[in-house]
Amino acid sequence: MNISVITFPGSNCDRDVITAAAEITGKQPTAVWHKDTDLGNPDLVIIPGGFSFGDYLRCGAIASKSPAMDEVIEHSLRGGMVMGICNGFQVLVETGLLPGALIRNKGLKFVCRDTNLKTHQHGKDIMAGFQDGEEMVIPVAHNEGQYFADDDTLKRIQDNGQIAFTYTPMGDETDYNPNGAALDIAGITSENGRVLGMMPHPERKMSDTVGGADGRRLLTAIIEASQS
Amino acid sequence: MTDNNPIVTLDDALGMGLTAEEFDRICDHMGRTPNLTELGVFSAMWSEHCSYKSSKKWLKTLPTTGEQVIQGPGENAGVIDIGDGWAAVFKIESHNHPSYIEPYQGAATGVGGILRDVFTMGARPVALLNALRFGAPDHELTPYLASGVVAGIGGYGNCIGIPTVGGEVNFDPSYNGNILVNAMAVGLARADKIFYSAASGAGNPVIYIGAKTGRDGIHGATMASAEFSEDDASKRPTVQVGDPFAGKLLMEASLELMASDSVVAIQDMGAAGLTSSSVEMAAKGGLGMEIDLDLVPVREDHMSAYEIMLSESQERMLVVLKPDATEKAKAILDKWDLDFATIGTVTDSGRLVLNKDGGLAADIPLAPLVDDAPEYDRPHEDSPELPQLASGDLAIEANIKSVLLTLLGSHHLCSRRWIWEQYDRDVMADTVAASTGDAALVRVHGSNRGLAISTDCTPRYVKADPMTGGKQAVAEAYRNISASGALPLAVTNNLNFGNPEKPRIMGQITGSVMGMGEAAKALGTPVVSGNVSLYNETDGNAINPAPVIGMVGVIDDVDQAVGIGLTAAGKSVVIIGQHPEQNDGWLGCSVYADVMTNNPEAAPPPVDLDAEALTGQFIRSAIANSQISACHDIGDGGAMPALAEMVMASHGLGVDVTLPNGAGHGWAFGEDQSRYLVETDDADALLAMAKELGVDGQIIGQTIPSAELKFNDGMTISSVEMNEAYEGGLPRIMAGKNA
Repeated sequence: MNISVITFPGSNCDRDVITAAAEITGKQPTAVWHKDTDLGNPDLVIIPGGFSFGDYLRCGAIASKSPAMDEVIEHSLRGGMVMGICNGFQVLVETGLLPGALIRNKGLKFVCRDTNLKTHQHGKDIMAGFQDGEEMVIPVAHNEGQYFADDDTLKRIQDNGQIAFTYTPMGDETDYNPNGAALDIAGITSENGRVLGMMPHPERKMSDTVGGADGRRLLTAIIEASQS
Repeated sequence: MTDNNPIVTLDDALGMGLTAEEFDRICDHMGRTPNLTELGVFSAMWSEHCSYKSSKKWLKTLPTTGEQVIQGPGENAGVIDIGDGWAAVFKIESHNHPSYIEPYQGAATGVGGILRDVFTMGARPVALLNALRFGAPDHELTPYLASGVVAGIGGYGNCIGIPTVGGEVNFDPSYNGNILVNAMAVGLARADKIFYSAASGAGNPVIYIGAKTGRDGIHGATMASAEFSEDDASKRPTVQVGDPFAGKLLMEASLELMASDSVVAIQDMGAAGLTSSSVEMAAKGGLGMEIDLDLVPVREDHMSAYEIMLSESQERMLVVLKPDATEKAKAILDKWDLDFATIGTVTDSGRLVLNKDGGLAADIPLAPLVDDAPEYDRPHEDSPELPQLASGDLAIEANIKSVLLTLLGSHHLCSRRWIWEQYDRDVMADTVAASTGDAALVRVHGSNRGLAISTDCTPRYVKADPMTGGKQAVAEAYRNISASGALPLAVTNNLNFGNPEKPRIMGQITGSVMGMGEAAKALGTPVVSGNVSLYNETDGNAINPAPVIGMVGVIDDVDQAVGIGLTAAGKSVVIIGQHPEQNDGWLGCSVYADVMTNNPEAAPPPVDLDAEALTGQFIRSAIANSQISACHDIGDGGAMPALAEMVMASHGLGVDVTLPNGAGHGWAFGEDQSRYLVETDDADALLAMAKELGVDGQIIGQTIPSAELKFNDGMTISSVEMNEAYEGGLPRIMAGKNA
């Protein structure tokens, strides 16, 4: 199982993702610097969170043009698995590998809180390890996390079954969507089901010590799906 | 001399905040009248901010040593041994004046500055905390200032990727014109890999790394050493602008550089920029330094020597490299796309020599600049002693429920969620507890060892009785750390006061420093770093004194730590540190007195340091023995608000409270010190163990499987009611609806 994690200037969750993946697989992932063009023949590429290039221009815009991302696009066009978390999701949207955009949170403030996620896919491609309707508590931390797309695109990703995760109420909670995302979308997959982008940070919930192990379950499912 | 570096006059010196007597001393040391650049260097180094001239005499009385101390005050940050070969590196620093003038940038650069102080020593920052004070909740500027400061703190910390895990906030009219923004950073390093700032090796190259130098923040340290008046908006250009992205690159590049065996000494360019960094590095090494200012990377044309030396542009460091390491070091900076410039050399002249435009711009003897900085023993006057009021003098007619809900919704106690949801608390994936409990808990990456961290101060106590208030700030932090199960190890302090030239203010400084010192000694937590911010006055009105404590403790296994949330029904709830028959309490100077009464001037609750130490020790050992499953220190607002917080932090649990005979508002809301609320399976065993140590305890109820406080007189308060009050307070203030 080869996992590669891309680091851009300003990435700040690269170490956390590398630590989490190593814990799950028992094998150290390959750290790829944004100027590198050798991804190391990965089964799964993870693009971590952070503020690549300081979020200047537009979140993820500059990173999406980096040499390493050219290789990630190639990898994806060959049917390779790719996961983008938070800023990584923004980068994937900027490359065009995923549809839509991530815009400023509805509350116009950075928001860091636990969210309750519900899965919407069942047993295929990068989501192969999930049952439809599973719930997991995973934190978000972002300023530009509101998923946005035009109505046609929203309809298309719904019809194609590309919605991977939505924010969903915990009990009778009403304020469960932290950023005003369209259709409560927290994560989507590409049309071929092999590229996943999500705003919440599973690498931050790896054990009860840090507030829960739902993130370990989520990442383990993605990694196992990438192996097959 | 060039046009922009003229010989100065006494008026120039006065304009830079120096006194006539200080100017004479400068001329004596120089053997001539200095030029503008030289005077700028002297005035910055001799400013209150850099020289501690009013407080030094008193700071020297603080305990600074202990077997855990690796580095005490005098470096960029303090360093303590936390076991397993690890060291915690930490400091707190103020950015008060800039944050009032430009709240977002002032707060952001405060965070950036304190982070540089920590990673300059070779430590990777792992936690940020803050201590904030804003004006009255209904003051027109409060929402603007508070939202700007919070966004600025988050803007920097979130981007650079260090979790902001804790802090404290007060609102009081005395801060209407002078808000306080104190930021604390904690880092981790291997104990044998700490870097210091003293230069060595004449001939070694002096390197400038990081962002370019601009005209922002010129003479900021001097601004921070004067009172505000009405025209402070004109000082906006002296506020620095932060770039957390550049900060992140500089942090990674600096840590990589320090790991590459290239660095002799390193110092960040913080207050007074290139001036203080070059002067301190050379003077600490007993050497000299020669710098060619034409080689400094600048982002604006025609900057004068004076401007380059006094600029406080952010994200810059000064490094002395090993003689053969320049190429290796440059490759690291190139990787991170940061400026790297060899701007000078270490000399053995004992002088700071600056060249510009092919000529000499300054030539200053270092020893007098540093060693002969003024030190004042300013006249000080004790605050008048205030009466010790009995609870009967204060208590009003109202049931506990209505008082509790009012207090929970008050600006003193209401939830700080509006603030901490804007901070990334989880990045680095080692945050065990943040923002909601007593101390923040952060795991040492790759192990189960944990750092417990807390910032504390109760300014109304300090104002009423500086000595007691100084003690209480340390005691409160000690209690917060102990309540999580961790062992308190050391503190950093941030002394925020008004104008020290006024004897009453100076008396607040001396009193609270003495109290702080006494407590730090008694509780075994020496002071290893700190910062002083004086002249927090506007038009002659001083702030309530705020000698803030940032404390760091350690716990061997974070899974042994307890939180404040109740864990199961059928357990006992006990107040540790309280007599079993207690039915009254100290309401003078309390939150209750402020919110529910006309708040007559009164003495704050006394702090018994022996009892504090003993109770803390008992709590820690009971947590280590798994006899306590939840614990919360009793602080602002007293026992019932603390109990309400424990209920709100649990899932569907409550407490059936048995009020002691005759218990009134003193019992419920008194702020007697050295007390903890704990949840335990076996109250008898816990109290027996406490008794052996000489610690009291009072059983006050049982946990129940419904989310409410239920009293034996029939009164019930649901968790929903408490939450509504508690969560509604801050959003109301921030929406400007508190009037």
